[in-house]
Amino acid sequence: MSSGRTNSETKRITQQVGFGLLGFIATLTVLPIIVVVGYMIQKGAPAISWEFISGFPADGMRAGGILPAILGTLYLTLGTAVFSVPLGIGAAIYLAEYAPENGWTRAIRVAITNLAGIPSVVYGLFGLGIFVLFLKLGTSILAASLTLSIMTLPVIISTSEEALRAVPNSFRVVSTSLGATRWQTVRRIILPQSLPGIITGVILGLERAAGETAPILFTGAAFFLPNLPGSPLDATMALPYHLFVISTQVPGMPVQIQYGTALVLLSFVLVMNIIASVIRSRARARRLW
Amino acid sequence: MDIILITGFSLSYADGTEGLKNITLGIPANQITVMLGPAGGGKSTLMRAINRLNDLADVISMTGSIIVDGLDVNDPKTNLVELRRKVGMVFARPVPLPLSIRQNITYGLEVAGITDKNRLEAVVEQTLKDAVLWDEVKDRLDSPGVALSGGQQQRLCLARTLALDPRVILLDEPTSGLDPISTAKIEDSLQLLKKRYTIVLAPHSVQQASRTADFAAFFLQGELIETARGKDLFTMPKDKRTQDYVEGRFG
Ligand SMILES: Nc1ncnc2c1ncn2[C@@H]1O[C@H](COP(=O)(O)OP(=O)(O)OP(=O)(O)O)[C@@H](O)[C@H]1O
Ligand SMILES: [Mg+2]
Repeated sequence: MSSGRTNSETKRITQQVGFGLLGFIATLTVLPIIVVVGYMIQKGAPAISWEFISGFPADGMRAGGILPAILGTLYLTLGTAVFSVPLGIGAAIYLAEYAPENGWTRAIRVAITNLAGIPSVVYGLFGLGIFVLFLKLGTSILAASLTLSIMTLPVIISTSEEALRAVPNSFRVVSTSLGATRWQTVRRIILPQSLPGIITGVILGLERAAGETAPILFTGAAFFLPNLPGSPLDATMALPYHLFVISTQVPGMPVQIQYGTALVLLSFVLVMNIIASVIRSRARARRLW
Repeated sequence: MDIILITGFSLSYADGTEGLKNITLGIPANQITVMLGPAGGGKSTLMRAINRLNDLADVISMTGSIIVDGLDVNDPKTNLVELRRKVGMVFARPVPLPLSIRQNITYGLEVAGITDKNRLEAVVEQTLKDAVLWDEVKDRLDSPGVALSGGQQQRLCLARTLALDPRVILLDEPTSGLDPISTAKIEDSLQLLKKRYTIVLAPHSVQQASRTADFAAFFLQGELIETARGKDLFTMPKDKRTQDYVEGRFG
């Protein structure tokens, strides 16, 4: 009897130690994030002002604001969305709902997985070759958006496909038995049910596009422009590239502006992330299965 | 008069299972045909063959023919949407679509292009009454279908099948997850519905089969062993295997 109690006592303590250890490790992994964000806020916050957000760079970018870079990143993100969202969701619907399970489909999936692993600078070179030079789009918002789209597609396709597949198959069977065509089933039942997952995937993909420097380096990003871009065929400034430029290419750069720019970029990405989590948790609460 | 004619029909799944072997069977109109037999007999497979829901499963070969109300089910020219409107189906586990009670019922009509509000309203009320569910849900037609109890969900699934006004209703163990009262409600509505529809039922027990059958067919491992009118299959089975099954000696 008493040995049994000791035994369960020992088990309990072991378990507590185990949980404590796991909790500690979990804390360790989020610690760098907290430190990075905290450090950025501490260093960058003093630079943030209305002028900084809404003004043009002045004095060889050593003063003034970063409006062209903020707007540029916004344009590039929207441009990327225009191409990658319909294409990515369309491909995911095809793969999840229509494609027969055969070698060809498997090959497509392997290709998508591998595309996701290609270094972003390779996408940049590809974009330079295809969009800037071959299609003669020049270094432009259009060429950069297309390049970013190709980089973003694998993320959007695989997360959307996963979201579509998570919808129970019984809904497809029932909908079909009620005389719905495959497309009616997808549009009326499967898509609405998987939309939160798809939106999360889209935002994660676009977030990556918003933060990348390499793919836009040769395809659409400009060192400095006195005017805002007037059309999709103009080059643009962008936050990640601007940050790279003012951190490495401009002598006598006030550190404050560097951290301020980094903080703005970080907030941009963070806000997208928060929107994604809100959508996800809202949808989970409302889900009917 | 037989509304469904199954002739020399065989079906194999991709994993090599022979789901059905050379089935020949006529299903009489406006009666309750009961398909019974132990697990793996092929009852569900045959039902899904009648409305081509097997298209969603891994079927590799089908031979023979199935004619439903003059429509050759396996003819490549057959309009499957039309076929599935003619042949409704209720499954063992009730699966309300992730929509409201009302939308669950109007779904089949809406995908068929019917949008007339008054007509849809009338169908909602009529089919819920036919499925003995109206009184329980008439005040909450806009709440989600899954919010209902299991027994109510199954009656909702029956109502939604009725909404398409099919010629045939396939019910695959529709009461297997239900309590005796819900089961009785479903069985009662079947007795009323057979005046207007042809009913094919895979019962969840031999008792239910003998309670409901106007015509009965016994399946064993993909083969049709015997058929009989009325309760004859239960009172005087001809085949030894049928007798063993209805007397509860295996299954
Ligand atoms: N999707 C499928 N893929 C492969 N084999 C299947 C599939 N569905 C059924 N089978 C096989 O076909 C045979 C007939 O199965 P079926 O489900 O039609 O029997 P049943 O009479 O409905 O049985 P139960 O009483 O358990 O519902 C079984 O051997 C089963 O394993
Ligand atoms: Mg079955």
